[in-house]
Amino acid sequence: MKHLLSTADLSRDEAVLILDTAAQMAATQERAIKKLPTLRGRTVVNLFYEDSTRTRISFETAAKRLSADVINFSAKGSSVSKGESLKDTALTLQAMGADAVVIRHPASGAPHTLATSGWTQGAVLNAGDGTHQHPTQALLDAYTMRRHLVGESGIADVAGRDLAGLRVAIVGDVLHSRVARSNVDLLHTLGAEVTLVAPPTLLPVGIAPWPCRVSYDLDAVVTDERPDAIMMLRVQRERMSNAGGGFFPSAVEYTRRYGLDARRMARLPEHAIVMHPGPMNRGLEISATAADSPRAVIVEQVANGVAVRMAALYLLLAQETPGSTLQEDAR
Amino acid sequence: MSSGPAAPAQPSEPPEPTGSAPTATEVLGPHEIARALTRIAHEILERNKGAADLVLLGIPTRGLPLAHRLAARLAEVEATVDPAALVGSLDITMYRDDLRHHPTRTIGATVLPPGGIDGRVVVLVDDVLFSGRTIRAALDALNDLGRPRVVQLAALVDRGHRELPIRPDYVGKNLPTSTAERVRVLLTETDGADAVLIDGGAR
Amino acid sequence: MTTYLIRGGRPYGEDVADVLVRDGVVAAIGPDAAAGADEAVVVDADGCVVLPGLVDLHTHLREPGREDAETIETGTRAAALGGFTAVHAMANTSPVADTAGVVEQVWRIGRDSGWVDVHPVGAVSVGLAGEHLAELGAMADSAAHVRVFSDDGKCVHDPVLMRRALEYVKAFDGVIAQHSQDPRLTEGSQMHEGEISAQLGLAGWPSVAEEAIIARDVLLADHVGSRLHVCHLSTAGSVEIIRWAKARGIDVTAEATPHHLGLTDDLVRGYDPVFKVNPPLRTAADVEAVRAGVADGTIDIVATDHAPHTVEDKDCEWAAAAFGMTGLETALPVVQLTLVDTGRLSWRDVARTMSEAPARIGRVTDQGRPVAVGEPANLLVWDPRSTRVVDPTAQATMSTNSPFRGRELPGHTVATFLRGRPTVLDGRLVPAPTSHLQEEES
Repeated sequence: MKHLLSTADLSRDEAVLILDTAAQMAATQERAIKKLPTLRGRTVVNLFYEDSTRTRISFETAAKRLSADVINFSAKGSSVSKGESLKDTALTLQAMGADAVVIRHPASGAPHTLATSGWTQGAVLNAGDGTHQHPTQALLDAYTMRRHLVGESGIADVAGRDLAGLRVAIVGDVLHSRVARSNVDLLHTLGAEVTLVAPPTLLPVGIAPWPCRVSYDLDAVVTDERPDAIMMLRVQRERMSNAGGGFFPSAVEYTRRYGLDARRMARLPEHAIVMHPGPMNRGLEISATAADSPRAVIVEQVANGVAVRMAALYLLLAQETPGSTLQEDAR
Repeated sequence: MSSGPAAPAQPSEPPEPTGSAPTATEVLGPHEIARALTRIAHEILERNKGAADLVLLGIPTRGLPLAHRLAARLAEVEATVDPAALVGSLDITMYRDDLRHHPTRTIGATVLPPGGIDGRVVVLVDDVLFSGRTIRAALDALNDLGRPRVVQLAALVDRGHRELPIRPDYVGKNLPTSTAERVRVLLTETDGADAVLIDGGAR
Repeated sequence: MTTYLIRGGRPYGEDVADVLVRDGVVAAIGPDAAAGADEAVVVDADGCVVLPGLVDLHTHLREPGREDAETIETGTRAAALGGFTAVHAMANTSPVADTAGVVEQVWRIGRDSGWVDVHPVGAVSVGLAGEHLAELGAMADSAAHVRVFSDDGKCVHDPVLMRRALEYVKAFDGVIAQHSQDPRLTEGSQMHEGEISAQLGLAGWPSVAEEAIIARDVLLADHVGSRLHVCHLSTAGSVEIIRWAKARGIDVTAEATPHHLGLTDDLVRGYDPVFKVNPPLRTAADVEAVRAGVADGTIDIVATDHAPHTVEDKDCEWAAAAFGMTGLETALPVVQLTLVDTGRLSWRDVARTMSEAPARIGRVTDQGRPVAVGEPANLLVWDPRSTRVVDPTAQATMSTNSPFRGRELPGHTVATFLRGRPTVLDGRLVPAPTSHLQEEES
């Protein structure tokens, strides 16, 4: 694994390795001293072309817990906002010796371009590109599901396990969601059955080959499919009528048809967990009752994000350098 | 994981099968290994005047079963010892200084015994002592986990070629080797049989 | 003027017949040609196809305004090397070719360059803004004799403006060449809307955005009795609509580009902006329908939509990249590969779709003529037997955004004659004796 660009690139074993590594990373985060020396001397650049304090802080924390040097390069107030191209920024980072570039970009495929262009030699981690992919989000979602829904919720007894047989409903704006795309690919690879639930206007044309089911009816999915986990996607208010294109008529209508409210909560299976990638629109796609219920694992998702990102950084950066002349395994 | 230098010119040499390669020479058999462990157990008790405050931390992969075997022997001698409460696992992967020169390593578990390690006598247990870098990493890892009163080191095999000022307190067998040779420890728990093999070089 | 004997070639890929070029015209064909060739320079055309010089109805030469991407000089050199003897220069320059002054400037620079005839295309609307008709009559009456009008790059979206334009150009036998793209259905669109766009998370460009405009326009053209030309159609549905319109007797012509004959949206998977084009690359089924449309004559012509872009505009993330691909130097190789070598077009059909029909649509009377005695000697000698790996940096076009980079394509230009003067000989550019750039060329 040289880069982490898309969950579609991950095999089942690679994905499980990341989850297992994340579990070990999480265990270290329960210690008094959380910092590990693993990536000492390595430089991780957070290159953020979109505002996302949450994701940036998560990556920054992960890198720092592994003792990497972290450089935050945000589009605001930098040369990027003065029209510098991605290419020139990447060349600059390369000159600074970035070992890994964590990139968030509004253009789908920008991390792929960065990884394949030769502009940087470092590993590229996609921290969300346009409406394409957000692989670490999907990995932390899978990690959270595995913790709660597989085995006896210990570390050791889920090691090596995937999500075979779990049923997951992902509800909301699939069309514009990199979280949905990443999750569909990853959860399928891990053996889960995914159902996407959305109004038809918020599903992409060409969805047929996706390895999941599609439904327009949340009530039917909750009742008939009995999902083990339900993931509510953020709905952006500008997608409503008028300026944004009018994907649905009103917030009230959306909430009525696709919101997770107390009534739908009550019809979910007892053990089902409630997930949300955040930030939430309380009262729109998720009610306060659902968001604050004991079955909501939304806050835990955030904590798991650090462990998963530590695992991703570790697996990308602590790997073979061809041409090494040092002795192997010098005990 | 077996121990020994890889030829730098062949970094992607395929892993050898676990069984003995045609050129491998067995230097310790099951009986010798058992005897060595029994002796180390007695030395530990002698040096520390009993098993009080003792913690055995095995370094995965093969240090861990060795630690369990040592604990069982300690319990045979000292009736008060609960072998399960004596043993922990100390993964040092994230403390290695050579991560960037290796294929990614799967991280093992670090599990401390119920009593922790603060103020205790910690005996690190590993299969082969070579450059000393693993033990250096283990000491760093210990440092982040607590503050033992004393740290000692037990190794089944010491093959020399130290690169750091580290020496073992308990050794099963001193094995003079050339750096071109490979020393491999096989254990029933991980490999299906007990043996110490040496291969490669011009022996 | 030097006399040339094109020896051993096959006009239209049919029987071998020598062709004698003298004083700007085809002086003799067949046994008579060699007889009258005492002083002639011999062009060895053994195994080659002799065609009328190609006419491109859709070229972006970028001058004036974007001389960093292409100039009329470099673009017409590329055209000559591609076997063309005439190109139509699209109007989306800066300033826009929406006045007699701009079109005359383009026409004059093209004439002075001397590589091919440059026929400027006039904008339909002022500034391509789609609001007011440009001075179409003034452009038609200018020295440039504009007959093709297009807002290409933008669609004449307003149905009333489109109707007026179609009607207005009847006065001087003009044609509206429409870039069929509903702007509302393609806001922010990045690639063909389908399975691959869904996966890549790139905003989709539905086929219907093209087809709906074509359907509207053929009905408008029918209603007002005007001539309509549909640029670069790209979908199976578009081919069906044109087929239907022609069956009804509507005066519509249609064009396909080499890249829509040869490439599919699958190539976008690598997010390489060299595959970003307007209209977008479509599915394999669309490509097959477009090929079938060219083969059965539903689609009248193949035009390049040669759209050079600077490295800055292509060496970037997909969304930031410009739309367009170069095409002048790969057009005939792609047509040979996809349509001739597959048996769907004869070389006579190639002459029709890449020379005769585009000249007729553009009302260019001295191009696209038969390879016959007394006709202007606008000729292409094409060797279909060779293959070459496309190297954009070795092309004459100033830009390198060729989607065929690294691919092996068949055929190459042995010689191109513009009114009896070779612009290309032995596969190399030959400067005109009067050209001010003479000393630059080898």
